[in-house]
Amino acid sequence: MIKNSLASISDVAIYPIISLSIFVAFFVLLGYMVFRADKKYIKHMEEMPLTDEVYQKD
Amino acid sequence: MRLFTKPLLSSDSSDSSGALEGFYYDNKIVKAFIIVTVIFGVVGMLAGLTAALQLFWPAANLNLPYTTFGRLRPLHTNAIIFAFVGNGMFAGVYYSTQRLLKGPMLSPILSWIHFWGWQLIIVAAAVSLPLGITTGKEYAELEWPIDIAITLVWVVFAINFIGAIIKRRERHMYVALWFYIATIVTIAMLHIVNSLALPVTLFKSYTLFAGVQDALVQWWYGHNAVAFFLTTPILGLMYYFLPKAANRPVYSYKLSIIHFWSLIFLYIWAGPHHLLYTSLPDWAQSLGTVFSIMLLAPSWGGMLNGLLTLRGAWDRVRENPVLKFFVVAVTAYGMSTFEGPMLSLKNVNAISHYTDWTIAHVHVGGLGWNGFMTFGMFYYLVPKMWRTNLYSVKLANIHFWLGTLGIIFYALPLYWAGFTQSLMWKEFTKDGFLAYPNFLETVTQILPMYMARAFGGTLYLAGTLVMVYNLMKTAGSGEFLAHEYDEAPALNHKLKVGGAFHTILERKPVLFTVLSFVAVLIGGVVEFLPTWLIDSNVPTIASVKPYTPLELEGRDIYVREGCYNCHSQMIRPFRSETERYGEYSKSGEFVYDHPFQWGSKRTGPDLHRQGGKYPDSWHYNHMLEPTSMSSGSIMPAYPWLFDDELNTANTATKINTMRSLGVPYEEGYEDQAVADLNEQAEGISKNLADAKIKVGKEKEIIALIAYLQRLGTDIKNEATALK
Repeated sequence: MIKNSLASISDVAIYPIISLSIFVAFFVLLGYMVFRADKKYIKHMEEMPLTDEVYQKD
Repeated sequence: MRLFTKPLLSSDSSDSSGALEGFYYDNKIVKAFIIVTVIFGVVGMLAGLTAALQLFWPAANLNLPYTTFGRLRPLHTNAIIFAFVGNGMFAGVYYSTQRLLKGPMLSPILSWIHFWGWQLIIVAAAVSLPLGITTGKEYAELEWPIDIAITLVWVVFAINFIGAIIKRRERHMYVALWFYIATIVTIAMLHIVNSLALPVTLFKSYTLFAGVQDALVQWWYGHNAVAFFLTTPILGLMYYFLPKAANRPVYSYKLSIIHFWSLIFLYIWAGPHHLLYTSLPDWAQSLGTVFSIMLLAPSWGGMLNGLLTLRGAWDRVRENPVLKFFVVAVTAYGMSTFEGPMLSLKNVNAISHYTDWTIAHVHVGGLGWNGFMTFGMFYYLVPKMWRTNLYSVKLANIHFWLGTLGIIFYALPLYWAGFTQSLMWKEFTKDGFLAYPNFLETVTQILPMYMARAFGGTLYLAGTLVMVYNLMKTAGSGEFLAHEYDEAPALNHKLKVGGAFHTILERKPVLFTVLSFVAVLIGGVVEFLPTWLIDSNVPTIASVKPYTPLELEGRDIYVREGCYNCHSQMIRPFRSETERYGEYSKSGEFVYDHPFQWGSKRTGPDLHRQGGKYPDSWHYNHMLEPTSMSSGSIMPAYPWLFDDELNTANTATKINTMRSLGVPYEEGYEDQAVADLNEQAEGISKNLADAKIKVGKEKEIIALIAYLQRLGTDIKNEATALK
């Protein structure tokens, strides 16, 4: 059933191209978001591994 | 954006509003994982070294079935991947996750179920693989009950991890955690799909997929096991431990966001590059190549992000053994992720595939990236958790040099061996004949390289033993801190926090997990569905018939002995291969192969057209004493096949199982199967008697001969007919 439906789609090759385009778009958007991200927030995130022992008591 | 003017969620942040809470980090679970990593690391490397010795000194198998190359190599790969790198990864994940989330894991009980469950699986693997209990699929050899156990333990790990994230005190998830999330969801998906099988008995199953489809699923799994078990979790560890050891933040957090998404999305498509020039449909091969080349960008983005973290701190690399190990690890990662895409180019792959080049490539990754990241992390963690200094920096430096030289002595000879052998396979004389028609000539030529490789492996193992001593002395001189106290303000979930899309995503663990899963799902779906569903991708060949019961039993012996570790069953469409082996392999010839046995390495020749090439007596003598038929052969002898009787108790069940998988045995044939099996065995026994070899028809060797004589003969006998 599923097999027949899929095999009967004309130009099935267009689907990988569509999915690739979606992800290219996703990355362009991601790049845009990343580059306009707030600097302080990025700094906070960057320093996270370095600040995880500030409260440490002996 | 007012929020970002103050540090998020520190104790002095008015926005956090939660009360300061005290809690303990569980170091005991980290310690347990470190101990087993070291133990299984040494065991796995010893298994590898023994296997390496057997390649120029076959007697190193002690003439025992359990330690013969075909069974030992899966033990080595499984031990290194799942026991050494796996346990090391869990140690680092449990340590860093707690600290990045400002809280313990969801439940210590789950942590210990995870720990002991995983160790039991490893023990089960260490027992079952030498016994020849295997599915015959590389890096997924474990049989179905163990596969189920892996799934359950993995789910426990996932619950413990995701639960900890949900209970966290830190609003945003640091990049290391994203890599852990991607690891958890993707490995679950890969493992479950590739392990789908129908059980025959408690210790035997047949994979759901056959031939080309099985190959595609297997290498989708195999490639992404490298991606999501040996790469993404270790990248997560890199993003946590490298900044910590260098005491400076990661070079670019923005780059890490791009790195993460592009890596996990692209990686999943690249599996078919393991199947170039095989019977896999062309479009799937091309897809694998294109995505492998694209993969270079995120891989190197990640590598540069790691190395550039050390900008301005290179002087410290000279003194700090932790940083030394990390630098070589990240460099090795860069080298193998450059080499990977190059090996995916069809013209390069034509030379490299089936040779030791591949083995060199994976060991630059395994020894360099995985090994050195693990060692560096342990040199950091053990003094920290035992609250002392490293016992000896000098010994750590000795380990560093033994390890580095070990990698060089391991990899360079194998590159040499790979090129040499491949060129010899492909060389023609002026008159158009193969220059080296005897495969064995191309093997004996590279034996000195195998010796050099074993030397490299020995150096690496020696370095590891130095580390074991150093870490034990370090632990002995300190006092272990089992529960480490820390404080952080509680997370106020009601607080409205703005931010860009990814900032929001970093505090939505469930959405993040779902999106990661979608990113890795797409590649798989686009590759699989057409191969499964569209008939024209695997043209049927009318003359290809199911195996006879005796051949089926013989095939199971072939799988049990791990013959696929050294022999391919896939003749590529090159003149050098069709001259040597015969007609190139067609996808339609493998439709009844559960599992496929194409192999990935030719330590011995391809066997796909082996059927009918030699008389039964040749195979008999060759399996009993390989050097008697091929002087100088490095193939081990298989004396037990001549003593042990074939177990036909499950033959009928095997026929039934195969029928359920779509192999067209007639209804009721299972009742006839053993009688047919005996009749065919009788015939082979008679052939052997004619050659003055007396052997009972019930011996295992008879079944194996039947299978070997069937290999690739279907299309020899009849004209190919496309349905």
